[in-house]
Amino acid sequence: MANVFTRVGEWVNERAPNLAPTYRKHMTEYYAPKNFNLWYYFGSLALLVLVNQIVTGIFLTMNYKTSALEAFNSVEYIMRDVEWGWLIRYMHSTGASLFFIVVFLHMFRGLMYGSYKKPRELVWLLGMLIFLVLMAEAFMGYVLPWGNMSFWGAKVIISLFGTIPVIGSTLVEWIMGDFLPADATLNRFFALHVIALPIVLLLLVVLHLAALHEVGSNNPDGVEIKKGPKGNRWDDHKPADGIPFHPYYTVKDLVGVGFFLMIAAFIIFFAPTFGGWFLEHDNFIPANNLVTPTHIKPVWYFTPFYAILRMIPSMFGTAVWGVIAMFAAIVLLFLVPWIDRGQVRSIRYRGAGFKVLLFTFVVAFIALGAVGAGVIAEIMPSWEIFFGRVWTIVYFGFFLGLWAYTHFGWEKTKPVPERVTTHD
Amino acid sequence: MANEVVDHGRRRFLTITTAVVGGVGVVAVAVPFIKSWEPSARAKAAGAPVTADISKIEPGQKVTFAWRSQPVFVVNRTKDQLAALSSLDVRLTDPKSEVTDQQPKYAQNATRSIKPEWLVVVGLCTHLGCVPDFEPVMKPEPFDPNWKGGFYCPCHKSRYDLAGRVFQGVPAPKNLPVPPYHFVDDNTIQIGVDPKEAG
Repeated sequence: MANVFTRVGEWVNERAPNLAPTYRKHMTEYYAPKNFNLWYYFGSLALLVLVNQIVTGIFLTMNYKTSALEAFNSVEYIMRDVEWGWLIRYMHSTGASLFFIVVFLHMFRGLMYGSYKKPRELVWLLGMLIFLVLMAEAFMGYVLPWGNMSFWGAKVIISLFGTIPVIGSTLVEWIMGDFLPADATLNRFFALHVIALPIVLLLLVVLHLAALHEVGSNNPDGVEIKKGPKGNRWDDHKPADGIPFHPYYTVKDLVGVGFFLMIAAFIIFFAPTFGGWFLEHDNFIPANNLVTPTHIKPVWYFTPFYAILRMIPSMFGTAVWGVIAMFAAIVLLFLVPWIDRGQVRSIRYRGAGFKVLLFTFVVAFIALGAVGAGVIAEIMPSWEIFFGRVWTIVYFGFFLGLWAYTHFGWEKTKPVPERVTTHD
Repeated sequence: MANEVVDHGRRRFLTITTAVVGGVGVVAVAVPFIKSWEPSARAKAAGAPVTADISKIEPGQKVTFAWRSQPVFVVNRTKDQLAALSSLDVRLTDPKSEVTDQQPKYAQNATRSIKPEWLVVVGLCTHLGCVPDFEPVMKPEPFDPNWKGGFYCPCHKSRYDLAGRVFQGVPAPKNLPVPPYHFVDDNTIQIGVDPKEAG
């Protein structure tokens, strides 16, 4: 038997001699720093959720009907009549929210340990592109059940393009293929959601990993292991502080996967709507173009950006400023590698100012999320605008502050060790 | 052959020409794909003019008609409601309807209508397209203690008066748009056709 496997291996190797080295380069001989901590789970977890979304998504399309007349009922059909359909759908809908939780934590890790800094700018840029495509993917997916929040969410988001001077209204009609979100809109969103964007997403993920493996992973100490001493147990020329990704980090990540799946299963089985946060109550009502839900709000992962949109008033007869601010909030994240002029990567050795900035940025992000979700409007309505505008300023202040702090040399860093702190 | 000198100018010319011709081809092929996203003939046909019977709308009432699958509000305004309009001018963004995209010429007047009592507007908030609620009664409201009747958008709290004119200090930038319409007779209006086109 073993002989057969060896011979098949040799047969393949003769015809594709680069396959085995590629596997080794990205797995068994990819030397990752040995000091990864809890924060390093979220990259591989994002990959896991992506696989979940693709598999469950394929099975959902087998029963979903892409039509404004049938979409809502076909989703209910999946939930009630299709064997295990409810599980597949809840795995998909819960997966969407978990995707964003994992990606937000993954991005926070990058900010905290300076993983976006030279030479990893390209890794960061590709990651941000993934984030952008993911948001488009999530938005279009939310439209597909054609509930009332699907309809009005689509209407509001597409209307953002209507604020662009001159071409706005034509552009909106072009995106919708009608005068309102309609059958044509639903069909094209379905096509983009299940074919176009997933292909782009997969390509970007491959590029993100290829770019990462080219430069090597950063680590909690922000030390460049390739510049450190050479020679480890497996290879005399590889970094002393590196260990092979497989089996060491594949096994470590499996533990993370176990914990993650426990949390995911709990949500799927006991709280699939998560109290209206993962699946909004208004989306259990069929789309109705004459009745607006009382509170139109996007799903939780868009709320910080939506809050920024709402907090900027119309000026000079146009609402375009809020839209510009919302997109700027994302564009600035792309530019972080160039906004941050500091030389030290990890928060462990950076100045106190950086810690304060990053902390306030996280608080602003969560506070804006609460504003966008309408939580603040409920508990202190008269303060909503003031509260939201202050945190909008703090959000943008992070980028300005980070630039000033590092550009004018105000940052007092600690000495960075030569090797990762846990080396033997 | 092997001894011939490479003519770089000619090679560059051929490269650029090939790229330009190919580029023009790509752009040309892109056109049908981009155009395929425009409203189809069926969608446009569904956007045809709508005839509405307004004889049953009592004073102070609003009825919503669908035109291009958009809600069109038709309101029969009372004398009191019409009288209150001018008192609001100082609190409005565009009291004189000077943004010409928002109404046809024949509705650019104090009541934003052809006949004073009949208001015809597209019921979509100019902020982000929600349908505003009709709040016709003149009484203090939580969102406005001096409310003279009008439209209140539940999404982001934009307010309009009973001529569809937007208040200051709300997210919506413009007045509610008046669609093209004309009176076929005293009891019937047609939405989607100007009086001039109707002849």
